[in-house]
Amino acid sequence: MILHPGMLALLAASLIIAAMALGGAGLGYQILRRWDPTSGSELQLILERRTTLVSTLLAWAFGLEFLSLFLFAGVADSLHSQFVGAMCAAGVLNASATGYPLLILKMANVLLAGSWLIVNHADTRATDYPLIRAKYVTLLVAAPLLIAEAVLLVLFAGALKPHVITSCCGSLFSSQTETMVGEMAPFPFRPMAIVFLVSLGAVLAAGWHTWKTAKGGILLALLSFAAFIVVLASILSWVGPYVYELPTHHCPFCLLQREYHFIGYPLYGLLFAATVSGMGAGILVPAKRKPSLKMIVPGLQRSCAAASVVLYGLLFLLIAALVATSNLKLL
Amino acid sequence: MALLERQRRLLDFTLSSLLRRKGKNGALVAVYALTIFLLASVLFFGESLRREASIILADAPSLVVQRMMAGRHELIPDSYADQVRSIRGVRSVKPRLWGYYYDPLSGANYTIVTSEERKNGTIAIGSGVASTRKLAVDDVLPLRASKGDTMLFTVAEVLSEESALASADLMIVTPADFREFFAMPAGFATDLIVDSGNPRECSTIAEKIAIRLPDTRPIVREEILRTYDAIFGLRSGMVLAVLACAVIAFLIFAWDKATGLSAEERAEIGILKAVGWDTSDVLLMKFWEGTVISVTAFLAGTALAYAHVFLAGASLFEPALKGWSVIYPAFRPTPVFDPAQIVTIFFLTVVPYIAVTVVPVWRAATIDPDAVMRT
Repeated sequence: MILHPGMLALLAASLIIAAMALGGAGLGYQILRRWDPTSGSELQLILERRTTLVSTLLAWAFGLEFLSLFLFAGVADSLHSQFVGAMCAAGVLNASATGYPLLILKMANVLLAGSWLIVNHADTRATDYPLIRAKYVTLLVAAPLLIAEAVLLVLFAGALKPHVITSCCGSLFSSQTETMVGEMAPFPFRPMAIVFLVSLGAVLAAGWHTWKTAKGGILLALLSFAAFIVVLASILSWVGPYVYELPTHHCPFCLLQREYHFIGYPLYGLLFAATVSGMGAGILVPAKRKPSLKMIVPGLQRSCAAASVVLYGLLFLLIAALVATSNLKLL
Repeated sequence: MALLERQRRLLDFTLSSLLRRKGKNGALVAVYALTIFLLASVLFFGESLRREASIILADAPSLVVQRMMAGRHELIPDSYADQVRSIRGVRSVKPRLWGYYYDPLSGANYTIVTSEERKNGTIAIGSGVASTRKLAVDDVLPLRASKGDTMLFTVAEVLSEESALASADLMIVTPADFREFFAMPAGFATDLIVDSGNPRECSTIAEKIAIRLPDTRPIVREEILRTYDAIFGLRSGMVLAVLACAVIAFLIFAWDKATGLSAEERAEIGILKAVGWDTSDVLLMKFWEGTVISVTAFLAGTALAYAHVFLAGASLFEPALKGWSVIYPAFRPTPVFDPAQIVTIFFLTVVPYIAVTVVPVWRAATIDPDAVMRT
């Protein structure tokens, strides 16, 4: 068990998020079972009031989930000095079998949470709660995932044991430990850069189209998700080396460190926000069929598309600036 | 712009509503700020100790070899130095002489080290030694040697106050004086300092030393740093865990404040809803209320903690996080600002506060105007 202040904060946040999600899902289940919009009974009125509680609870929980992803990355990075052979968060995540599954689950939860908040926002805009069923069924899926995340985090924190000097021997022979960075097989620079440009060009064009016409939401969502993967792969392949000015250094976590001006935080923050906005435009497509949302959804889709264009644009500019100011020339 | 204007007006309304209940909200902010102050002080102080240790250790030798006998540190023969020197990658090996001296007059332990650059019969002392023994340059310092006789040293230098954390209890003499004082046999040293040239080679060299000279323990600087990191992290984590009680007490207090709405507050919400406010508007107003309280308490708490740690020397926590000793160097932590710590404090205080107030706030926001105004 590691008693690092950041880890304590992370555990507190994760337990609070899981509790909020569990509470929200419990209320959501009750609402799902007894929901009857045609009834004017007192029960229905109480349930309608409770929907605002669920929305408030989850708006906080999911907002915190987004922040805690970055706290997690930051804590994992700051713990690296306590583990032999760990140069950054990569080594710390590798120190326990739950590290990487936890990171991936957290990333998936952030995307899910963002999408849920967009659907929730659409639902609250209409007067007759048209998306309530879809919303709460998704919540019943999301809550166990968030609880699983809290459990994995507890296991991860429990499994971490800092390497400290023992009295018999002051040396732990650091060099024998393999580091994760070396094992990450990167994609070749040039093809990956081309894929990156094509993918970002496509998502920006689709975003522009949806922004102007409120059509093509599903295509934008698919392209956004594809761009998410492509950008992550590009960071491994060539964005990282450009920032580190070292063609052999492909680590996606060192970007979070002070010596690289914490550039990873805006980079990943933009990526997640852009992806969620782009996906939102597609997720809202089925909602168009609801009569009360017919007039509302196109506006929301355009807002999502506009946000994704701006955010992907900023992400592109940031990466371009990193490449332009780097002393490394790869391409 | 209309959106911003709406939020500004809501915030305006919230502020005036908060100011109408100065006593209640003031008490909440005070307790909130105190909780944040405690947590932030621990974090700031732990981090500054960690930084200080790493700054001091930056100049420490990258590899030290000590000889062990029956699990205890023993004097190391010079022949060991030659064996270490023969290892490929070793640039130089220097025998080091140092020890501790218990001074019965002041009841303090001094650390005695050697330097070739000093003259026999002279001594340089740290500021802590100078003040406990009331010494100045050119004074004579009598010390009781191992064999029972008294040796006289002339104080040649008092080490500067700036390096006090590392040098307060230090005495520097020549190697010859050291051997005479402690009656240390020739051909032996306290330990060996190994310079590897390439710092990355250190652990490989350490491994070879451990194989060739099985009765020694090589200590790599990186390992010491890692241990300090873990220890300071663990200590501040432990203090934080103890302070969890304070946080929980505060949360119960905050929950109670948020749940127990006064008749006046209920009437206010009832009237707002009667004049056309929506539940979501009330929720938004409550959100701003929580934000104003949290931001005020957070800024006050962290600013106070910063002043406490970096201006007042963390007088509240010093004994818990530092060690204890007769000679206490004045420890003025170098101010460090780490955004990660601010985020950590936020997650440990503001996030739980939000969590406990969500449900009471919702209850307040869904008050039925009709029911409130009837009572």
